Amino acid sequence: MTYHGKHRERRAGLWRRRAWSVAALIFLTGLLGIPLLGLAQDAAGTAATVAYRDIPQLGGSRNIIWVIAQQHLLLAGFVLGVPIFAWVCEIVGVRTGDKRYDKLAKEFTKLLTSAYATTALFGGILLFMLLGFYPKLMAYLTDIFFPSFVVYCALFLLETVTLYLYWYGWDVMQGGGKKGLHLFLGLLLNVFAFFIMIVPNSWATFQASPVVVAEGSALARAWAATWNPTWWPVNVHRLIANVVLGGFICGAYAGMRYLSANTHEERVHYDWMGYVGNFIGVFGMLPLPFAGYWLMREVYQYNQQMGITLMGGFLSWLFILQAFLIGVLFLGANYYFWLGITHRIEGSEVKYRRPIMAMLVILLLCLGVWMTPHSLVASLEEARKMGGTHHPLLGVFGVMSAKMTVVNIMILVTFMSFIIYWRAGKQVTATWAKVAQKVMGGVLGLAAIVVIVLGVWGYFVPAIVRINYFSVAQVLIVLFVLVTITPLTGLLMKSARTTTEMIWGRMPPRAGYALVLNAVMVILLMTLMGYARSSSRVHWHIYGVMRDSSQYAYSPALGYAAAFMSLNTFVFCLLVAFIFWVATMGDKAKAGEPGTKKKLPAGAYPAMAGGSPTLDQREG
Amino acid sequence: MKGGLLLKGEVLLKKVGVLLDKGGVLAKGVVLVVGLYLFLKFILPLFTAPLPANLIFLYLTLAVAGIVIFATISGESTEEFFGPIVRFLSGEGQTGPMKITRLLVLVLFPLLVGWQTYASAVPSDMPPAESRTIHPAPPGEFVGLSNPIPNTPENVMMGKGLFAAFCSPCHGANFDGKGPAARGFDPPPANFVDPGTIAQLQESYLYWRIKKGGVGLPVEGMPWKSAMPRWELELPDEWVWKIIMGEYDGAHQKPRTWE
Repeated sequence: MTYHGKHRERRAGLWRRRAWSVAALIFLTGLLGIPLLGLAQDAAGTAATVAYRDIPQLGGSRNIIWVIAQQHLLLAGFVLGVPIFAWVCEIVGVRTGDKRYDKLAKEFTKLLTSAYATTALFGGILLFMLLGFYPKLMAYLTDIFFPSFVVYCALFLLETVTLYLYWYGWDVMQGGGKKGLHLFLGLLLNVFAFFIMIVPNSWATFQASPVVVAEGSALARAWAATWNPTWWPVNVHRLIANVVLGGFICGAYAGMRYLSANTHEERVHYDWMGYVGNFIGVFGMLPLPFAGYWLMREVYQYNQQMGITLMGGFLSWLFILQAFLIGVLFLGANYYFWLGITHRIEGSEVKYRRPIMAMLVILLLCLGVWMTPHSLVASLEEARKMGGTHHPLLGVFGVMSAKMTVVNIMILVTFMSFIIYWRAGKQVTATWAKVAQKVMGGVLGLAAIVVIVLGVWGYFVPAIVRINYFSVAQVLIVLFVLVTITPLTGLLMKSARTTTEMIWGRMPPRAGYALVLNAVMVILLMTLMGYARSSSRVHWHIYGVMRDSSQYAYSPALGYAAAFMSLNTFVFCLLVAFIFWVATMGDKAKAGEPGTKKKLPAGAYPAMAGGSPTLDQREG
Repeated sequence: MKGGLLLKGEVLLKKVGVLLDKGGVLAKGVVLVVGLYLFLKFILPLFTAPLPANLIFLYLTLAVAGIVIFATISGESTEEFFGPIVRFLSGEGQTGPMKITRLLVLVLFPLLVGWQTYASAVPSDMPPAESRTIHPAPPGEFVGLSNPIPNTPENVMMGKGLFAAFCSPCHGANFDGKGPAARGFDPPPANFVDPGTIAQLQESYLYWRIKKGGVGLPVEGMPWKSAMPRWELELPDEWVWKIIMGEYDGAHQKPRTWE
């Protein structure tokens, strides 16, 4: 009892001392906190009056936001594009029973975990920077969009949980009828990802085409602001662009791995992967110009001033750069298809040389028209000879009627490249094959003629007729060709006899470089159009509502902007390379002893060092 | 005589054909690029205005890209295309004139690059190439305006009359930018018959341009090279709208609308 009493006293003493210590600590913290509270109060007071903050030593607030926002956007495009890509591959794997697709889908889903974290990280940095640099703007946006901020957070939670289940449950849900559940998770992942994309799209598009409702509940105001004129065009355009980005980045990854492949098996695998990436990228790219056209139409209709700034004003040169980049992309994608025909299918070079030349000539002619500006850059002397900056003959190529026509023709040619690749090395055996081929040829020829006729006719009708009817008709005709010829060819190929087997892993190194080039072009395009979209607001944070009164309320010169686009492209490529490296680190360790490089067989080199299948065979 | 000439022409073409076949993809590519250059630079100007140098450069770049793409489609054609270049530059087994040619190329090429660099960097009395924005965005107060004057035959006729009085000296009685005073202006007055001009614009845009003239162009429209008078000082708004109406009708164009 005595012992217990002493013990209690000791414990009480100990608690008292501890309590004193804690109280002293709290007091000390409180003392230290007083100035912080003061600072916080001060900050709260200044937040209402300070409209801008800046860190000029780090290049200025606008440039910092430019880089961070662009990186976040590119990463977001990647993170939202890859699940679509992976899910489609998984479905193809289930439908065809080809295990390679499932492996490919898994390989890319693995990237998502690290890419997702990096995207969120850049999103967080962007938010902090925006709050710090633009307190007034952010207060205004928060006031309008707070309900959608909450929805966004909820979506993020759902997306994260679904992603973890989709990735970590991959192997568990392979058999026993669980594959369906896994596919459903993939669908959910993409649905949440879609909503995660469109919610912040509403904030960005609100800045460009605001709909401000002064009265009503917070929800009603947020909803009105969300449903602004450019919201859906941007949503659709970005969704398709994300698929393209995912496809071409997969292609670039495969291209790099193909170039550095040491064994025949690796070459075969990455050659095939490159093909799948390019295929998905190209098929995403085909409807992309239509979505872009719709977006620009909405911009023009929303505000003529903004439309002219973009398409006819000082930003119009960006669209010539865009033509150049998309042109390279079209050429790169087609080139890859053609290399596939001549290298993977033995003896097909002679057979397809002429069609390839015809397609190439058409592509180049179309590209020449697309890249010809309306107002030409000319010296004074040249302009005098032309009678202005419009050339009397080639000036007609500068307007939308010509541009829309050649884009549609380029899409048709690219589609034909794919169809020829699909049919190469096979002989149709169906009894109705001849009729089908004639129908397909007729559809394609007629479509091309009608597209051109509508394009020429477009010069002689009011703009609204061209925009609302002719351009739409051109798009529908091309889509009709795509949806008619694809299933017909599919049916023909089902019963076709293979005359020459397709051999994977025989592509030359330049095919790998073409894949990398395509990915770089897509990233450059996204940075270019990001600048265009943002700059179209000129000196407004929120167009016509909140003016930019900072020292950066001017549009940077095109050369300066181009340097930032290149920087952003370079940084993003580094980030993607890092994500791939981190994600595949474990596989490399599993494949061999960590820290040691795989020894090459004598005489075998990676493709980029001049290695070839012939060498492999010799070694084998 | 005629038959003899034709025969000689045929023989010449055949010889060229044989030479091209011998030269392979590379020779054909070179001939194509040189031919295209000659066509764009010297033959096309016989029928229309000469092309600016940068446009010729753009088309030649496309042609070169196309040739390289086509030549590298297969392993054989790649070798056929790059083989002669590599062999020539490496100088393997070269003797006589070929060796001297190679040396000349190796010496002249860097000199050519150096000269080009010097020429582009040296100060010149020539004005720089123009990248003026022809259609700068209108100020906010001119956006979304619609023509308040009813489109009646009388109003259109009056608009044409006003156009004839105030605009046709420069923009021409046929609305084609070829008025009697047009030759005195550089750049020339706009040609409204061209589907790339007023047909691409809304009426409010023309209202802005007529009212404010050349001096009312925004910063992005610099250099302010437009002799268009500021008609708001001379004409009432109603006349301006009628002129716009007459302009579209006379040029057989329709303004851009969204309905």
